[in-house]
Amino acid sequence: MGNLIRSKRFWLIAPAVLYIGFFMAVPLGQMAYVSILERGDYGAVNWGVFSFDAYASFLFERDLMDNLMFNTDYLQIFARSFGLSAMTMVFALVLGFPTAFYISMQPQARRNFLIFLVTIPFWTNILVRNYAWMLLLRNGGLIDNGLAWLGYESGGLDILYTPYAVSIGLTYTYLPFMVLPIYASLEKLDHRLIEAAFDLGADKWRAMTRVILPLAAPGIAAGCILVFIPCLGAYVTPELLGGGKFMMIANLIGSQFGAARNWPFGAALGFVLLAFVLLSMMIYAMKFKSLPEEKL
Amino acid sequence: MKIRSVLLGASALAMLSMGTARADGELFFYNWSNYFPPELFEKFEAETGIKVTLDVYDSNETMLAKLQAGASGYDIAVASDYMVDVMIKDGLATEFDAKNLENFGNVAKPHDTMEYDPDRKYSVTYLWGTTGFTYDADATDGELEQSWKEFFEPREEFHGKIGALNDEVEMYNAASYYIGVPKCTEDPAEAQKVLDVLQKQKPYIAVYSSEGTIDRMSAREVTMHMQWNGAAHRTKESIPNAVFVYPKEGLTYWSDHFVVPKGAPNLENAKTFINWMMMPENAAAASNYAGYMNAVKGTEDFMDPALKADPAVNMPEEYAGLLIPGQNCSAPARDLRNRVWTKLKN
Repeated sequence: MGNLIRSKRFWLIAPAVLYIGFFMAVPLGQMAYVSILERGDYGAVNWGVFSFDAYASFLFERDLMDNLMFNTDYLQIFARSFGLSAMTMVFALVLGFPTAFYISMQPQARRNFLIFLVTIPFWTNILVRNYAWMLLLRNGGLIDNGLAWLGYESGGLDILYTPYAVSIGLTYTYLPFMVLPIYASLEKLDHRLIEAAFDLGADKWRAMTRVILPLAAPGIAAGCILVFIPCLGAYVTPELLGGGKFMMIANLIGSQFGAARNWPFGAALGFVLLAFVLLSMMIYAMKFKSLPEEKL
Repeated sequence: MKIRSVLLGASALAMLSMGTARADGELFFYNWSNYFPPELFEKFEAETGIKVTLDVYDSNETMLAKLQAGASGYDIAVASDYMVDVMIKDGLATEFDAKNLENFGNVAKPHDTMEYDPDRKYSVTYLWGTTGFTYDADATDGELEQSWKEFFEPREEFHGKIGALNDEVEMYNAASYYIGVPKCTEDPAEAQKVLDVLQKQKPYIAVYSSEGTIDRMSAREVTMHMQWNGAAHRTKESIPNAVFVYPKEGLTYWSDHFVVPKGAPNLENAKTFINWMMMPENAAAASNYAGYMNAVKGTEDFMDPALKADPAVNMPEEYAGLLIPGQNCSAPARDLRNRVWTKLKN
């Protein structure tokens, strides 16, 4: 009997396992393989000829005398991507938590409507939404004109094509990924616990920091991860809203498969990124585990 | 002409797939989006009975990567000059002896021979153009020099009002012409000089983008833009005082070619199509649509008067000496170029 259930379960799970195994493991394996091959003269790679040049060139470059020199160009691009992603995560949290909290405090019918509003941006392609922000942010655009109408004659907003525009665009794009998981954890929150906190003499601030925030922590953690990780791969926003003036990791990888025709380096960059992400996730998980609310 | 919008191509694709299939044969055509007049496919189908299916890409490199990854089934791919070289050397092109095609006699000089394909065994020119820059004459009181200096060391009125192509090849090449360094240099010291020019220019650049160059000029978001000459022509429709500059230091003359990829299923149909495209009437239709010059003699009578009258497209003879063909740089040269580009964007 137990065997039967086990095998039935096995067969039910099998498609999902196969799907994930195939569509995650196979491309990753392929990229890992390409990253340790020698690049071809005309692009592509020389299959079967191994070389670790791609990984070496992440940190080192050869100077005129063919000596290896430390090169921080790529590290800087990584640092910028991580910095911008962290900033976006913080902005999204600051905006997203109150939003989720407000929604969770509404009557059921209105909650559904508000959640529906949060998901509306997903109906439109990310490219279109970025173009919309370009129209909003540019000099002579809606926001610029609005400010002028209110009396702020600054002679132009001058925000489009700057890092600020990129972080506005990224925060906007990923905000729903912050709101939804936090809302999911707040919705399940037992309101009697808050009442109990008040009964026991807690003020609003204490109730928030000692009761609500700890209970919402899993949602906050999930939201932060859902914002931070995809943000690292942002490609369109830095190109459009940043005016292509500085690269993020995805743009760098894209250029290796494009004009540079250096597939192994592009693949290696992908793996270095993966390693950074796994490392930071591990650190995060370890830190998060040490918090008491995880026991819930 | 490296990156073109995919969105428009998708609509062209949708239009094509509505055409009715006929038994006389098929042709699978791989091209940039928005780079071939849809009516011309219909005309070809009506005259030859061969049904064309279009697939589009956004850059030479995308096309190359797909062919290198083993994609087959395309009868014709359109590739830029340096990419034709790559395809021939990498064994991705089929020899079809264009010179033996009936209409090859229509091909104008110097397009009857190419450095990388001297006997034109593998390719025929589709359209060609130049990469220079355009400025709005209303934005300045001065008379601009015919020089890259105006682009790389702009006058004050253009500060912060300049658009550059977000294309490491085009930008690197232009800067190298300006300071007289070979564009495929393998010497890091020379590459450093190119980087210096680009970095000095960067504070004056509003945006690096290859998309929407025409709109950006029309909206007067920028008043100077590095552009392909066909785009410059279309910019003049909304900004009549736009001027396309042929810099005295030289400018890239690029050309796009029909190539038959290895393993093309319908080789004979591909030859029929390429031969058909060398007829003046059809070549002119392509020019009228895309705004770039074709390489066929006797197309004048079929071309739009506005196109013919525009020096940006119909280049005056005196500039012919300035044209520098596209070149397929070696891997070390590409690495230097990419490192310059990465440093510029850091």
